[in-house]
Amino acid sequence: MNRLVATTTTTAPSAGPVAGSRTFLSRLNKGDEIARLITLLFAVSVVLVTLLLVFELWQGSALPRHKFGFNFFRTSVWDPIFDQFGALPFIYGTLVTAAVSLLIAVPLGIGAAIFLAELAPARVSDTLEFFIDLLAAVPSVIYGLLGVFIVIPLMREYIQPGLKNSLGFLPFFQGPAYGVGFLTAGIVLAIMVIPYIISVSREVLLSVPRDQREAALALGSTRWEATWKVVVPFARAGIFGSIFLALARALGETMAVTMVIGNTPAISASLFSPGYSIAAVIANEFTEATGDLYLQSLIELGLVLFLLTFILNGLARLLIVATSQKGSGTGRA
Amino acid sequence: MNPRLRWRKFVSNFMLTLTGVCAVVTVSVLFFILGYLVFHGGTSISWNFFTKLPAPVGETGGGMANAILGSAKLLLLASLLGVPIGFFGAIYLAEFSGSTMAFVVRYAADLLNGVPSIVIGIFAYGLVVLPFKHFSTLAGGFALGLMMIPITLRSTEEFLRAVPDALREGAMALGASKWKTIATIIVPAAYRGILTAILLAFARVAGETAPLLFTAFGNRFWSPGWNQPTASLPVMIFTYAIAPYEDWHRQAWAAGLVLLGLILVINIVARAILSRGIAVPRA
Amino acid sequence: MHASVRPAVSVNIPPTVTSAATRETPSALTMRMTISKVNFYYGSKQTLFDISMGIATSKITALIGPSGCGKSTLLRTLNRMYETVRGARLEGEILLDGQNILAQDVTSLRRRVGMVFQRPNPFPKSIFDNVAYGLKINNSKAPIADSVEKSLRHAALWDEVKDHLHKSAYELSGGQQQRLCIARALAVEPEVLLLDEPCSALDPISTAKIEELLVRLKDLCTIVTVTHNMQQAARISDFTAFLLIGQLIEFSPTPQLFTKPGDPRTEAYITGRFG
Repeated sequence: MNRLVATTTTTAPSAGPVAGSRTFLSRLNKGDEIARLITLLFAVSVVLVTLLLVFELWQGSALPRHKFGFNFFRTSVWDPIFDQFGALPFIYGTLVTAAVSLLIAVPLGIGAAIFLAELAPARVSDTLEFFIDLLAAVPSVIYGLLGVFIVIPLMREYIQPGLKNSLGFLPFFQGPAYGVGFLTAGIVLAIMVIPYIISVSREVLLSVPRDQREAALALGSTRWEATWKVVVPFARAGIFGSIFLALARALGETMAVTMVIGNTPAISASLFSPGYSIAAVIANEFTEATGDLYLQSLIELGLVLFLLTFILNGLARLLIVATSQKGSGTGRA
Repeated sequence: MNPRLRWRKFVSNFMLTLTGVCAVVTVSVLFFILGYLVFHGGTSISWNFFTKLPAPVGETGGGMANAILGSAKLLLLASLLGVPIGFFGAIYLAEFSGSTMAFVVRYAADLLNGVPSIVIGIFAYGLVVLPFKHFSTLAGGFALGLMMIPITLRSTEEFLRAVPDALREGAMALGASKWKTIATIIVPAAYRGILTAILLAFARVAGETAPLLFTAFGNRFWSPGWNQPTASLPVMIFTYAIAPYEDWHRQAWAAGLVLLGLILVINIVARAILSRGIAVPRA
Repeated sequence: MHASVRPAVSVNIPPTVTSAATRETPSALTMRMTISKVNFYYGSKQTLFDISMGIATSKITALIGPSGCGKSTLLRTLNRMYETVRGARLEGEILLDGQNILAQDVTSLRRRVGMVFQRPNPFPKSIFDNVAYGLKINNSKAPIADSVEKSLRHAALWDEVKDHLHKSAYELSGGQQQRLCIARALAVEPEVLLLDEPCSALDPISTAKIEELLVRLKDLCTIVTVTHNMQQAARISDFTAFLLIGQLIEFSPTPQLFTKPGDPRTEAYITGRFG
């Protein structure tokens, strides 16, 4: 291929000038053209496959969409035998477990991010961040394993009875202590999503301009005041973005949840009650689904999950970008 | 020092200590997980685990040899699908594309990345299982490959873009064609980042269970070829953990240790490769 | 707002100042702050060498010198802002009203010695909340709205923003934002106000407004300003200190430093022989 490396200058080769250089140049272009087309093909395949996925979800849920319409989201009866499919218990379970997980993960995560970004010396911060990234790499099924053999017994023997004794007057902490249930799933989910909150919030906090913090200190703030009243508000949008990311992860989590939630389509105010989530019911019943309506109802649940995470991820990205573009105040002239 | 200032300083020290506690608690969870896995799993790992097939239900002994091989085959297929698409797609984005196309492709990749893995499983089921009317390694590999695409694509694109234009221009000025510049200058310059991207994508899908539940499904025996359902480590862990047999629980721990060990090692190696410097001089 | 409640301390002006300065009777000139034999280090690298000088009460003192000479570093020792950087170390003594600032609580010190930064850095809050911030954390007794208005008037910004107090500070222009930062610093009634090249990011008109207001402010509080604009130093300051590579070369009343500099290096700098 040495000919291609030869010059592309305008000096034509000595014999057969114009025609020779034109084929020479076109051969040169063709090599690049081919490369461009091949890589374009691969890039387009990504778009195609994504479109196909959305299409399949939509088509594959046609039956229940036509049969139930929006009632699908309002009915709580899930009875395959009588072809009654209502998604409410799964939506409820998904939302409740996500809410519990955020209630635990957000304060812990933001606290840790503040520590890493504002207090810890750079090397400590980087080392801890390294470990937290490893935590994010642990697969769901391993969390499920720990959930089954450690968290469930812990809940059953100590935490649930303890909560019942102290806060049992609240409807959240009533009912028998099985060990499985919404609370257990929420706790396991919290552990799973904390690393996302920490690493994004930490980055966002680190990107706050130095002189914001210095201005607060120069006014006589304590370190906490400078952090909490100035730096964190500055990074507010990005921190919310990290929470949305965490929420999206929590909603789509399958394995760990299905191993500890109890897999019962129940709607209950009590967090000790066994329940079900959208992802969990799909995982458990997909291969057992007899009949098109049953299978397609599960696919419709998949569509719902897809839309929820799609919106949340989109919002998250907008918020995170918004923070990184916030400048310090040079403003307009 | 007036009392209000004393209070403010107390609050400051208290809250800052609290944040330290949050960080320590979070990190200790990791060590806790590792510790437990090593403790429970370590004692159950044996030669049998790696070489024997699962024993009949209810009997002790037996291992996960088929699951280990199954996972290997699935990951091979996934890489064959995910890495080329991600790699070449990234080259297109970084070197050839206009901004509209780039936006569309990136948006699609990010969308794909955010899809819950169980939904990917549904998609793969519709595309590869239904038409052939049976579960297969192919379907499982397809599902996992889909998940590898966005990770490989976005990271590779970033590292390709990070190669300074000065290098590109230098090659072009010598008369190298675009594709030659890419192949001989740009990609080698970004190789560390690309390798890291591939490794991290690999580690991510190695642990995925949900998309395999109705694609590769499972198998208590060997799965020859690519067209039959196959066992895999993550699915075995799931099945064994929720079953009532003590022996199966022990094997689940062992499998968990092997799986997590593999994933953590890949992650650490990938980060080490990256931290030894981007193989490109910063401008 | 009044200049000071505490007695200012009289101190002899250190020997680097040329003789003409002693024409000001020492008793009339009091030192709000005194810097004695200060050496400053970032890690193992020394950036300030044996600096001694006084900051006169109710006067404007300018610190000038080429880039990297240590003037910002010196400024930041006065409110211990260097402590936010790991490895920064100070030797020597800095007195505020006779008390060593290194021995005091840093939070209360910073209320008494305020700072305005090179680039305007208002908080992501409303104009009102920016100025009120210092008052709120100190739980001041005076009604906040009154104090906010007073500070904004002192910073020559009140008329421009009085109907927009609840708008975001980022909607102001660069010059307005810097005056807002000055108002914010003034709100806690500091005894000394430090300004680190406050006009370098601003256009000439905003610069002129701020120079004007600084001259008026010196009755309220002592002012120390770092500037690389010599004309600015000549225009507004009462005393000027010239630093070069971390050393204090000359410290005199401004008219004298600029017309009859005592040190040849000072003369070289102010005549533009090096930048």
